[in-house]
Amino acid sequence: MFLAQVHVTYKPSILDPQAVAIKDAMHRLAFDQVTAVRQGKYFEITLDVSTADEAERQIEAICDQLLANPNMETYRYDIKELANQ
Amino acid sequence: MMKFAVVSFPGSNCDEDLYYAITDDLHEAATIVPHTTTDLSGFDVVLIPGGFSYGDYLRGGAIAKFAPVMPAVKAFAQTGKPVLGICNGFQILTEAGLLPGTLQHNRQMQFICEPEPLRVENNRTMFTSAFQDQQQITLPIAHGEGNYYCDDATLAKLRENHQIAFTYQNNPNGSVSDIAGITNEAGNVLGMMPHPERAVEDIQGGTDGLLVFKSLVQAHLRTV
Repeated sequence: MFLAQVHVTYKPSILDPQAVAIKDAMHRLAFDQVTAVRQGKYFEITLDVSTADEAERQIEAICDQLLANPNMETYRYDIKELANQ
Repeated sequence: MMKFAVVSFPGSNCDEDLYYAITDDLHEAATIVPHTTTDLSGFDVVLIPGGFSYGDYLRGGAIAKFAPVMPAVKAFAQTGKPVLGICNGFQILTEAGLLPGTLQHNRQMQFICEPEPLRVENNRTMFTSAFQDQQQITLPIAHGEGNYYCDDATLAKLRENHQIAFTYQNNPNGSVSDIAGITNEAGNVLGMMPHPERAVEDIQGGTDGLLVFKSLVQAHLRTV
């Protein structure tokens, strides 16, 4: 069993108005030293496969086909083997 | 009579508006077909309605693109017959790869529900032939994610192939190049954020939307 931790974020060139609103709220809370905020999505995916290569192959395809829109988002992931229960 | 299919996904909410626009105002035949339909070959036009298919989970249209009906929508589009996606329908068509680009959150993070002045940029499409070229019209918009985005190369291609059908006169949401609606390269798939089905009777404040559907009738008559 493998666990993939996937982060999907907007490409730097993409306007992220939610993150701008969040940053403004931080400033209202007097966290004046906050200079930038990016917002993204986080997924934990458990796969019942036998090798890390196979887990990576599937996660790559899942990100490309579903989790990220390649027009405006990028993704990165970490995959780790889960200890047998 | 022309036969319009209105594809209804879980969370679609403009399917009945479209149905009544086609039957009561255009006086053609319409059928609301479920997202589980796998054959659309008996229809003349396929309409993908607005709403919040699958709750907009992940991204607008991101789940709907894998609905059982979508291979049939793609097959239908490949025959050259018209496919029109409105609002969430536009988002679904971009996610499914039938139209280029994507719809982002509105620049100001506000859901906008207003009558919006538009310009018909290209009246030589199956969806716009009943308009005058450069005609100024008004259609309602109702979206939180209608900010059209594509990269510069895609935009250049859209312009070169005259794929920009409608633009906003006062860009309400930050769309690239004021884009409100585009076609595919072949010209038989149109996606638009404004709602023509909400402007088909005087009581709705205007009837400019009816001309989109009348254009489809004109296009159909040319083929029979």
